[in-house]
Amino acid sequence: MNISDLTDRFGLLAVGLVAFVAILLALYGLAELASRRDRSRAVAAVFLAPAVVFLLVGLVYPAVRTFVMSFFSGDGTEFVGLENYSWAVTNPDALQVLVNTAMWIIIVPLLSTAVGLVYAVLIDGRRGERTYKALVFLPMGISFVGASIIWKFVYQYTGSGDQIGLLNQLLVWIGAQPVNWLNESPWNNFLLMVVLIWIEVGFATVVLSAALKGVPTEIVEAARIDGASPSEIFWNVTVPSIRSAIVVVAVTVFIATLKLFDIVRAMTGGHHGTDVLAHNMWDQAFRLGNDGRGATMAVLLFALVIPVVIYQVRNMRRQELEAR
Amino acid sequence: MTVPIGTDIPDPAAEAQPVARIGESRGERLRRVLSSRVASIAALVIAVLWTIPTAGLFISSFRPEDDIRDSGWWTMFTNPTFTLDTYNYVLYSDSQGGGLIRNLINTVVITIPGVVVPVAFAAMAAYALSWIDFKGRNFLYIAIFALQVVPLQMALIPLLSFFSQGLHVGSVTIMPAWELDGVNTIVQVWIAHSIFGLPLAIFLLHNFMRELPGDVMEAARIDGASHSQIFRKVVLPLVTPALASIAIFQFLWVWNDFLVGRTFGGGEATRPLTAVLGDMAGTWGFGWTRLPAAAFVAIVVPLVVFLLLQRYFVRGLLAGSVKG
Repeated sequence: MNISDLTDRFGLLAVGLVAFVAILLALYGLAELASRRDRSRAVAAVFLAPAVVFLLVGLVYPAVRTFVMSFFSGDGTEFVGLENYSWAVTNPDALQVLVNTAMWIIIVPLLSTAVGLVYAVLIDGRRGERTYKALVFLPMGISFVGASIIWKFVYQYTGSGDQIGLLNQLLVWIGAQPVNWLNESPWNNFLLMVVLIWIEVGFATVVLSAALKGVPTEIVEAARIDGASPSEIFWNVTVPSIRSAIVVVAVTVFIATLKLFDIVRAMTGGHHGTDVLAHNMWDQAFRLGNDGRGATMAVLLFALVIPVVIYQVRNMRRQELEAR
Repeated sequence: MTVPIGTDIPDPAAEAQPVARIGESRGERLRRVLSSRVASIAALVIAVLWTIPTAGLFISSFRPEDDIRDSGWWTMFTNPTFTLDTYNYVLYSDSQGGGLIRNLINTVVITIPGVVVPVAFAAMAAYALSWIDFKGRNFLYIAIFALQVVPLQMALIPLLSFFSQGLHVGSVTIMPAWELDGVNTIVQVWIAHSIFGLPLAIFLLHNFMRELPGDVMEAARIDGASHSQIFRKVVLPLVTPALASIAIFQFLWVWNDFLVGRTFGGGEATRPLTAVLGDMAGTWGFGWTRLPAAAFVAIVVPLVVFLLLQRYFVRGLLAGSVKG
């Protein structure tokens, strides 16, 4: 390791930033020029150009290509029709991927939202609320890879000698046999989900806690005076009042869960029956070199978010109408 | 629904403790205090459960490697051993699993443009979408809004081949291959992050910019200011807090990213730290005892940024999720 090994990276950074500033200045000049001639369409075009070019070249066109590729063979040379799709729904390994993904996208959003909601209600108005919130929110700042390493040490198993993983040590303390957790299918799937839930609960807590502050205290007070029990208040007053926030949290976690790659890659590499769509897509395309199957997995992933896209766009249009 | 945006933890009733209510019988009071106790314990249990895994890894990172291999981090309390050797090794050693300082610098070099470029381009696009009148504005906004949810997995394979083989339609070459190698591979990661960060950044900034008072813009227009002047002198200063929120979002995403860095980052020498760590954790091979220290090198920067700037992060979170 020597210093020159590192300086060339900063050289690249400097060149990149200078080039970027030059592009901004050029765009600014163009926008000024168009402004002077009072052509707002041209000004809009200049302002939108970088983003639109990036999105077309980097997202829209590749997405279309991926769709096309899913009908081609692994090396992309031969049209195979629906062969990749029939592989995805008949091959036992691929089926396992689909089943696992289904479990993930049901369990993780449900539990993250539920735990976040309960925790937000528990700490609402409590002394030290800030600290409580910060402790659970902290994992949001940790990468999925960092979180995976943290939890891999919790699940760590040693065949002989002292256990170094906390979970197995707890088993030893209560007199049970330690378990090689990450190799035990299908239970290892749930242990991987725990990592994502651990991260997402903080998100759910913060958003739902903010929503709770918006529930008028008079309503809660009125219900209490009418003799409603805490659980009745929770189900009949609190939950309906923050329903839209709950839906938003669940949907956001759902999308994050669907795209999940890092935790599976870093914890099991998809082995021992823990593979999911987003990880298998990468594995097929970049490790096994089968672009056709990789593209197919990506398309299946995309198909699962389409309902969310439709729901979100409708929601936004409705809100815009209401705002008018 | 009204959610107090901008205050991270608005807790007017934070210090409220159970007080005796009028007309409350002794039994009722006892039950209320008891349920408050149970709630306290439950909140405390969740907070502790959420903190222990990270604390364990943090403690491990300062333990000698032999100790990590032989015993759990909790033995540190009865048999304290402490060393910085592992940090030294993972950062600077020329041997296997060392020299991560290089990848840490890659991460820095990737992150700066990976945040600045998409935020700048998104601000321009968001301005055009909220304050310049042109045909097709609504359609364009909805399209970008929908792109937010498209899994980036849909773009990976074609985007990588775009860099390595260029862009051809039939036999016509539109863009030749980029043929980046060595440190220059990082350019690919910049571009990929800029693309993938755009939809969310545009959506969030559009939300903020649309809320700006129209008469301020109108006044500036009447004074003869062009769009680019209004953008620079009126809008940007007003949305600085929003820019900060989005920059933190993007910073955390880029710094903590594994998938993009691993796919577009070239060989191990040019990959960002998280990508290298992810592979190290995945294989769990030789040198796993150095993982706690290596993980903390990667975790500490975003964690500090996250803790210091949490207020801005939460604001972005609420604006993005509760409104959407």
